[in-house]
Amino acid sequence: MNAHTRPRLMQGDEACAEGAIAAGCRFFAGYPITPATEIAELLAKRLPQVGGVFIQMEDEIASLAAVIGAAVGGAKAMTATSGPGLSLMQEHIGYAAMAEIPCVIVDVQRLGPSTGRPTSPAQGDVMAARWGSHGDYPIIVISPSSVREVFDLTVRAFNFSEQYRTPVVLLMDEVIGHMRERVTLPSPESIERVERAVTTVPPEWYKPYENFPADVPPLLPFGEGYRYHVTGLHHDERGYPTEQVNEIQPWLDRIFRKIERNLSDILLYEEDGVEDADTLVIAYGITARVARHAVEVSRGRGRKVGFLKLQTLWPFPEEVVEHAAARLHRIVVPELNMGQLAREVERVAGRNKVHRVNRADGEIFQPSEILAVIEEWTI
Amino acid sequence: MKREQRESRVHERYLRHHKKFPNVWCAGCGIGIVLGAIIRAVDQLQLDKNDVALLSGIGCTGRMPVYVDFNTMHTTHGRALAFATGLKLVRPEMKVIVVMGDGDALAIGGNHFIHAARRNIGLTAIVVNNATYGMTGGQYSPTTPTGVRSPTAPYGNIEQPFPITDLSIAAGAAFVARSTVYHVQELEKFIAQAIMKEGFAVVEAVSYCHTTLGRLNQWGTAPEMMRRLKEQSITITQAERLSEEERQGKIVRGIFVNRDIPEYTRLYRRIVEQAQRLAAGGADGQAI
Repeated sequence: MNAHTRPRLMQGDEACAEGAIAAGCRFFAGYPITPATEIAELLAKRLPQVGGVFIQMEDEIASLAAVIGAAVGGAKAMTATSGPGLSLMQEHIGYAAMAEIPCVIVDVQRLGPSTGRPTSPAQGDVMAARWGSHGDYPIIVISPSSVREVFDLTVRAFNFSEQYRTPVVLLMDEVIGHMRERVTLPSPESIERVERAVTTVPPEWYKPYENFPADVPPLLPFGEGYRYHVTGLHHDERGYPTEQVNEIQPWLDRIFRKIERNLSDILLYEEDGVEDADTLVIAYGITARVARHAVEVSRGRGRKVGFLKLQTLWPFPEEVVEHAAARLHRIVVPELNMGQLAREVERVAGRNKVHRVNRADGEIFQPSEILAVIEEWTI
Repeated sequence: MKREQRESRVHERYLRHHKKFPNVWCAGCGIGIVLGAIIRAVDQLQLDKNDVALLSGIGCTGRMPVYVDFNTMHTTHGRALAFATGLKLVRPEMKVIVVMGDGDALAIGGNHFIHAARRNIGLTAIVVNNATYGMTGGQYSPTTPTGVRSPTAPYGNIEQPFPITDLSIAAGAAFVARSTVYHVQELEKFIAQAIMKEGFAVVEAVSYCHTTLGRLNQWGTAPEMMRRLKEQSITITQAERLSEEERQGKIVRGIFVNRDIPEYTRLYRRIVEQAQRLAAGGADGQAI
C-alpha cells in the first residue's frame, strides 16, 4: 500500500482538488467563496508542485474566462465556486458550450437565493446549472454524494469535458464539500483519463468545428501550428462567423447529438431494489445519503422500497426513470430546494405519481422526514 | 522594395484567405488602420504566426481577430483580458495581443483591465478609443468627452471620460503609449514595442466614429475627423511646454511609461520551481 492508496481522512473539497490533479487538471482560476474556497486553497499549493498553474482572479466572470483561455492553450482547466459565483459564470458557460471548449465548473452549493446562507447546504442550483446561460445548449451536470465519489466524479467531469468538448458542472453541496470521511483513493495507474484528441490532418485542412469524427472534432491547442478562430458567434466549420441558416441549425443539432448519442457513457446512477419495489425514492448529493437510510429503515419494516441514486443530473436520465416508474405508482423525490429535479421526474413519470419532499432552510433532511413520506404513501 | 509593395505582401501573408471579405467596418473607419499597424508590427518583428494570439471582446473592434491568420479568439464583452490571462499562463512563450474598444476595455471590462495591469502579466492591450459604442449606434462610453451628445445622452454627457493612459499607469502597467489612427507609423512602432515588452503593455489608439457619434454631433466626414486627429494631437514634449489650460482638448501622443517590473508568468515559473523543490525535499507531507 503506497501513499496514494492509504486510507485517510479527507474532506470533500480536498477530494475534488486531488481528483482534479489525478485527472490531469493543470490550470485553476477562481475567486474565494464559501463553501468552495478550500478547493482553491489546496490547488494553489498542489498545482505548482505538478507543474500546473493556479491563479486567483478578480471575480468569477474572469475565473471562467481564464479557464477557457487556458483550455484553448491546451490545458485541462477548472474553476470552483458556489451559487453567487455560478450566477456570474453563466455567460461563459454558454461561451464554452458555443465554442466547444472543455472545462470543469465545480459548484459547491450553498443556500440561496442571493447571498443566502453561505455556510449552509442546499441543492438549489440544479436548474441554474442546466439552464443558466441564455440560448440553447447541452451541458453535463454530475453530483457526488460522498467524499470518494467527489474524487471519482471530478475525474469523470474532466473525462466528459475532454471526450465531448463541453463544459461540465460538478454539483456538490456544502455538506459534501466540508464533510470529512475515511477514503481510500484509487491508485494513479488505475485511473482512466481521457486526453484531448489529436489530428493527423495538416494545419491547412484542419476544421475545428466539422462534423467529424463522430460529432466531436478534435480541439487543437493554440501555439502548435494549427491556427484557427474561436468565437461566441455562430460559426462555420472553420470557426468563422456565419449567418447561414444551413450552417447554424446543423451545428446546433450536432452539439446536442454529441451528448444524446452517448448517454450510455454519460448517465451515471445506482439502482437498488427497484425491480420488485412498489415505491421508489430518487435522490442525489447529500440527500441521497439521508434517503438511503430512510429506505433501509422502511425495508426493515417489510416494505418494498426501491432506491435510485442519480449522479448524472443533466442530461436527465429520462429512460432510466421512465423504466423504473412504469411499474410503480409512487415516486418520492427529496431535495434541498423547493422542487427542481422533481419537475423532471414529474415530466417523465407523470405528476400524479410523484411526491416531492422539499426543504430549503439551510438544514439537511433528517431520515425521519423522508421516511414519513415513504410510509405515508406505502400501503 | 517600395513601401506599397511591401505592404501588399504583408496583407497577403497575414490576412485569412478563407474568410469572406469585405470586413464589417464602415468605409472610413479607423479600426482597419489599427489592424494594419498590428500585422506590420508583427511582420517587422519577424514573429512566427503560430506564436501570436490575437484576442478581442465584443463590438466593432471585437471583429478584428477573425481576419488575421494568427491564433485568434473573439471572446465575450469586456472579458478578453481574462481569457488572455489563462492562455498566457499556459503558453507563456506566445505573444498574446488583446484588442478592445473603449467600452469593452473600460466599462464592462474595466475591472479586468486594472487587474491585468496590476498583475503585470505579459499581454499587449491595444485599446481602439473611438469614444463610443459604435456597433450599437453611438451611445456614450467611458471615454466620451463631457458635454457630447449621444443617443443615450440626448441632453449631453454629464460623465467624465477615463484617461486611459493615466489609469493604466496607476494600475501598474509596464508600458503605456498613445497614438492615433492618423499617425500610422508611430502607432505601428508603439505596438511593436508593446509586443516585445515583458509585462503588461497598453497602447491607446485614438480613433473616431464618423457614422454614429460623429454624425450626431456634426463632427463631419471621416477625412475631416481624421484631420482633427492630426490637428489636435501633440507630442509629450510639446505638451510639457503647454499650460494645463492650453493642453485642454489636445491628444497627447507618445510613450508615457516604459518601466521594468517583474512579469507575472516569469514570477509564476519561479513559484513552480520553488513548489517542486519543496515537494521533492519532502517539505510537503501530502502525497500523490
